[in-house]
Amino acid sequence: MMRLPKFRFEMPGTLAEAAAIVAENPDRTRLVAGGTDLWPNLKRRHQEAGCVVSLAKVAGIAGIAGDGATGVTIGAMTTLAEICENDMLARDYPGFVRAVRSISAPVLRNMGTIGGNLCLDTRCTYYNQNEEWRRSIGYCMKAEGTVCWVAPGSSRCWATSATDSAPVLCAIGATIKLVSTEGERVIDLAALYQDDGIDYLTKRRDEILTELRLPAVGGAKSSYWKLRRRGSIDFPVLGVGAMLELDDQGVCTRAAVWLGAVRSAPVACADAAAHLVGKKIDENVVAEAAKLARKPAAPLDNTDFVVAWRKTMVERYVDGVLRELAGLPEKVKNPRHGIACV
Amino acid sequence: MTERRPTELEGQSPGGKRKGLKLIGTPHRRVDGMAKVTGQTVFADDFVAPRMVHMKLVRSTVPHARILRIDTSLAERMPGVLGVLTGESMPNTFGILPVSQDEHVLCRDLVRFVGDPVVAIAATTEEVAAEAALAVVVDYEPLPTISSVAEAIATPEPQMHDYADQGNIHKVVSMRFGDVDAGFAEADLILEDDCFFEGNTHLAMEQHATVAIPEPDGKITVYSSTQTPHYLHKAMTKVLEKPASHIRIIAAPNGGGFGGKSDPFNHEICAAKMALQLGRPVKVCLTREEVFYCHRGRHPVQMHLRTGFTRDGRMTAQHLKTALDGGAYGSYGVASTYYTGALQTVTYKLPRYQFDSIRAFTNKPPCGPKRGHGTPQPRFGFEVHLDKAAEKLGICPGELRLKNVVEPNTVTANYLKVGSIGLRKCIEAVMEGSNFKERHRKLPFGRGLGLACSSYLTGAGLPIYWNHMPHSGVQLKFDRSGGIAAFCGETEIGQGSDTVLAACIAEVLGVDLMDIRLCVADTDLTPVDLGSYSSRVTIMMGNAAIQAAERARELIAKAVAEKLELPVSRLVFADRRVFDAEDPEKGLDWPDAVIAAESKFGTLGTTGSYSPPRSPGKFRGAGVGPSPCYSYSACVLEVEVDPETGLYTVDHVWMAHDVGQSINAASVMGQIEGSIYMGLGEATMEESAFRRLPARLSNALVHKFPSLLEYKSPTFLDMPKMTTYVIEDPDPNGPFGAKEVGQGPLLPMMPALANAIYDAVGVRVDQVPIGPHMILKGLDDKAKGKPGRYGPGPFPAFDFGEPLDVPTLDEGGDGKATNNAARGLREDRGTMKIIKS
Amino acid sequence: MTDGMTAAVLTVNGEDRMVVFPTHHTLLEVLREECALPGTKHGCELGECGACTVLIEGKPALSCLVLAAECVGRRIETVEGLWGKDGPHPLQTTFAELGAAQCGYCTPGILMTSKALLAKNERPSDPEIREALSGNLCRCTGYSKIIEAVEWAGAIMRGEDDGMPTETQVFGARTKAEVIDD
Repeated sequence: MMRLPKFRFEMPGTLAEAAAIVAENPDRTRLVAGGTDLWPNLKRRHQEAGCVVSLAKVAGIAGIAGDGATGVTIGAMTTLAEICENDMLARDYPGFVRAVRSISAPVLRNMGTIGGNLCLDTRCTYYNQNEEWRRSIGYCMKAEGTVCWVAPGSSRCWATSATDSAPVLCAIGATIKLVSTEGERVIDLAALYQDDGIDYLTKRRDEILTELRLPAVGGAKSSYWKLRRRGSIDFPVLGVGAMLELDDQGVCTRAAVWLGAVRSAPVACADAAAHLVGKKIDENVVAEAAKLARKPAAPLDNTDFVVAWRKTMVERYVDGVLRELAGLPEKVKNPRHGIACV
Repeated sequence: MTERRPTELEGQSPGGKRKGLKLIGTPHRRVDGMAKVTGQTVFADDFVAPRMVHMKLVRSTVPHARILRIDTSLAERMPGVLGVLTGESMPNTFGILPVSQDEHVLCRDLVRFVGDPVVAIAATTEEVAAEAALAVVVDYEPLPTISSVAEAIATPEPQMHDYADQGNIHKVVSMRFGDVDAGFAEADLILEDDCFFEGNTHLAMEQHATVAIPEPDGKITVYSSTQTPHYLHKAMTKVLEKPASHIRIIAAPNGGGFGGKSDPFNHEICAAKMALQLGRPVKVCLTREEVFYCHRGRHPVQMHLRTGFTRDGRMTAQHLKTALDGGAYGSYGVASTYYTGALQTVTYKLPRYQFDSIRAFTNKPPCGPKRGHGTPQPRFGFEVHLDKAAEKLGICPGELRLKNVVEPNTVTANYLKVGSIGLRKCIEAVMEGSNFKERHRKLPFGRGLGLACSSYLTGAGLPIYWNHMPHSGVQLKFDRSGGIAAFCGETEIGQGSDTVLAACIAEVLGVDLMDIRLCVADTDLTPVDLGSYSSRVTIMMGNAAIQAAERARELIAKAVAEKLELPVSRLVFADRRVFDAEDPEKGLDWPDAVIAAESKFGTLGTTGSYSPPRSPGKFRGAGVGPSPCYSYSACVLEVEVDPETGLYTVDHVWMAHDVGQSINAASVMGQIEGSIYMGLGEATMEESAFRRLPARLSNALVHKFPSLLEYKSPTFLDMPKMTTYVIEDPDPNGPFGAKEVGQGPLLPMMPALANAIYDAVGVRVDQVPIGPHMILKGLDDKAKGKPGRYGPGPFPAFDFGEPLDVPTLDEGGDGKATNNAARGLREDRGTMKIIKS
Repeated sequence: MTDGMTAAVLTVNGEDRMVVFPTHHTLLEVLREECALPGTKHGCELGECGACTVLIEGKPALSCLVLAAECVGRRIETVEGLWGKDGPHPLQTTFAELGAAQCGYCTPGILMTSKALLAKNERPSDPEIREALSGNLCRCTGYSKIIEAVEWAGAIMRGEDDGMPTETQVFGARTKAEVIDD
């Protein structure tokens, strides 16, 4: 059996206590929510922790309040399963719920939290490996090494953003609350991420993500398509989160298209969105937007499937999502949504 | 896939009983069923012994290197560390085949792949052992690495093993059965194909574990997750240099095997060595990553097929070339090499046949036997090849196969004796079930049906080391309570062999499964059964069990007949009684019958044993392929392909399997469904992939993703609807007529998928697993007017020399080669060379 | 929680157990090693296979990804607790009868997940069973017998079936087995 390394373990009851413990030594302290990301990373020794602070007993950072008319707040410790089972969310934010339902498998969603999924470590097949395996490649830039093996000439790490929930949440303009001993701040979720496989979050190590806020729905529709090998368990190889608002004439008033798993951060397809806004949405407009969405995607050979094909899939999946949102006839089938997302 | 489509049992009762059989053929609860649902089954890692310590292996982090220095001093100083072993302590080599004794428990001079064990460390806890293992420093001098057959051909030096046939080519085989050129001359159509089958692994859910317990008198007992306790016993005896009678191996119930626990492994022998050194029980349980390093999985095989057909669809000759990427050690590789050719002939009539093959050593975990051992790869090539031939000849693929089915009770071109064949019925069943004739080539674009067949052996005809002893033995002991203790070396790996053992005895003696206590897979207490491999247990153990039970029935019948004053011939054994067939009221309850026999004969015990019939082939290599009987399968698979993405969904699989006779009908279904599952995984997603790093920066050659997450295996949501047909056509060599079912139904899945995809979108994918990008590439090529084919390039250039010539029976052959002398070098090389240690 | 050790009462299968364990040990390790309940299995220790699934407060959870220290005061159920006062749980009966356990290694995790499913949904549909169990890998069965066993156990728990095996149940409605005889 693979075992965890030793660490100091704390289970504070309040946010203030938690923030205080983290502030003692932010670089050597890790927060754990559901544990489904941190524990494997510690077992494989590609992350370290002198101290682990569990948020499980912290009061007041779980639960779902509000609705689509006014906006919704979701505590960071809310489990993914609770989000999947929430009728209001399914009605008002179906794209978000579909994204959450596509995360791993039900048993893991009972444990994993929304805060954890938003902060999910970037992933790479050169990095998510045991200590012994990583030793055999001389480690990599993200942990203990110097080279990014996916792009050996590169000066940065290209580990991939693997969160399913973020692309669609960025598309609908969600915000998050960060708390530390120095106070709290609310930022756009999109601003939480930066395109670097190592420093993929802008959040300071002493800050705790406590809350996710979804804006009122208004006329917006949103959706999420996920590409993965199997019907369950797998991380996204591509995630497309999109929001579309059409007026009575079918003219697009607002649009956002975000891609997951093709860079170290969720990436906005600004050109694609700009192409949609102000136009009556038909198949040609959608197809052109989908073509534009290819550009910001930079899939590399550090996850499942072949790189060139994944790049092609960006266009096909964006096309598919936008068709779905615009009520256009289906072209690309979405085979991996049938069961996981009823 | 999502839709639940209830299907009724059409007509007859399933699992029907045959000719007076009572239990055999019915679905019944496995004898280990309740233990497995209560958590009571003790797998190897569940076993705990007093004073037990834990062991970890330090494995090579380089793919090929000379060991310069091993420094364990830091590890030894860590609190809790109790013992350290290096290769110095175990100079003797071991390996599963007598011809490939090429492994050291711990590497001594060379490491040959990332994962090769170098040092063993024992400590008070697993945690300390693991930490200490990380503290061991090994200095290596890197050597050139080989990652493919082509590289092995191009890199004869340095040799990974000095016993290789040439350079880094472990094994070269070339054999010709009959005048193949004449066969091709008769052909109206000659078809050539290049195909590739990627390697994959067993991925049993249980990680291998071993507990070794030294005894105060110097003996040792080893409890291990192994499919082959007898062969482990032999390997351990050789390496530990102890008398075999001082070593006791008990195979724990395996948490899945599929061939992955059929070799003797480093960790098993090392645990025993460590236990003897420390005088304390030692447990080792591998991590998932280490399980990937043990491997012995499916060989990656490149194939070239050339087959001649007459206009009406008969085959005139075939020339098959296979190239196996063997990994770093021999394992079962010599047998695997022969198996990529041996069974081509037992499905369809191939009057003349040539087979050339090489197995290369590469710096990767050793390949070996996985479910289907060496045969799924050429089966994939053959069945895709036939699909193409059918189209070219304008014959329905089903009809083409039906035309060529081997006749029962015949001898093939390569001297395999085929008994019963239910293949015709298999093909008819799946064609009818899927409405194949009406729908094949007629479905809308994007939807397709594919047909494929296969055959597999029911137990290898020869043991792994040459001997004249039985392949399986069963001993029965009768208690005056009526209880029966059955002793047999067979190993339960999940396939249900314990239940087969009990069922065969219960059927013969008319007792209940509950009357039987099993003692299995214990080299001290049970007669040898060679192990759970090659689908041999049901037939060999089953026949041995029947013999032992019949011998007991004879004794008991004599005693009861005497007591009841009846002729023996009138006695019936049924319903836990022995009674008069003409007056069923007159009889003895089972315990009284046993008491009568014990009173008459003294303590009651019987034995039974089984050896397979001899095979007609007498040429080098004839040892691989013979079997008491062959099972047959046919499959139709329906697929939906999205031409926009290349993504596809398997909707429905119809699988018919000729099992001869079901022993436990529920287990037969379970094996067929499990085979469909594993075949689907191999066809769609499973691959043992490796990667190098840029050569200017690193010498690394690593398994791409040794984890359950990234090595993809199908989940509950990936399974199609399955319709299963059990074809019962009893074979005289099988126990109650039974043939194998554990491996055969896996084989047609991969070609059926490739054929279905072609039917759906017109793209030929000549390799597995089939990725969506391959289909999309094929569609793009077709759109550009190019052939819509995705597959490997040409077969690697290799000079096989003059083949071993064996005239066929039809040509007046006698099973012997005619040119042994001319082939000089290979005259004294064969699969069964005995090497005494 | 001193010196990295935790002494606590864990409530496992309705019984309180006083256990002392290293704080960084997972529930999986403490169940198998300190509680002597090895029925819970491990296949990857990384949350990728579902073999170690137990119930925590009635919900399936991966015992390899939760510290035992996090489970103090929570209701833990393992396969060893399935057999109750009244004998085997219907799932145990149906899994054994149908051969839904072959090698049996994934079985404890699948049984626990199934138990939670039936507690929440007394008549789960085929897709609902697949979805609920989609985090549990099995390499032997092809899953079909498992689905049937869950359906059958549901019927027993609803009082619609007496739990006596019949050939029809063994051969199920999902996978038609047609025996073709001479």
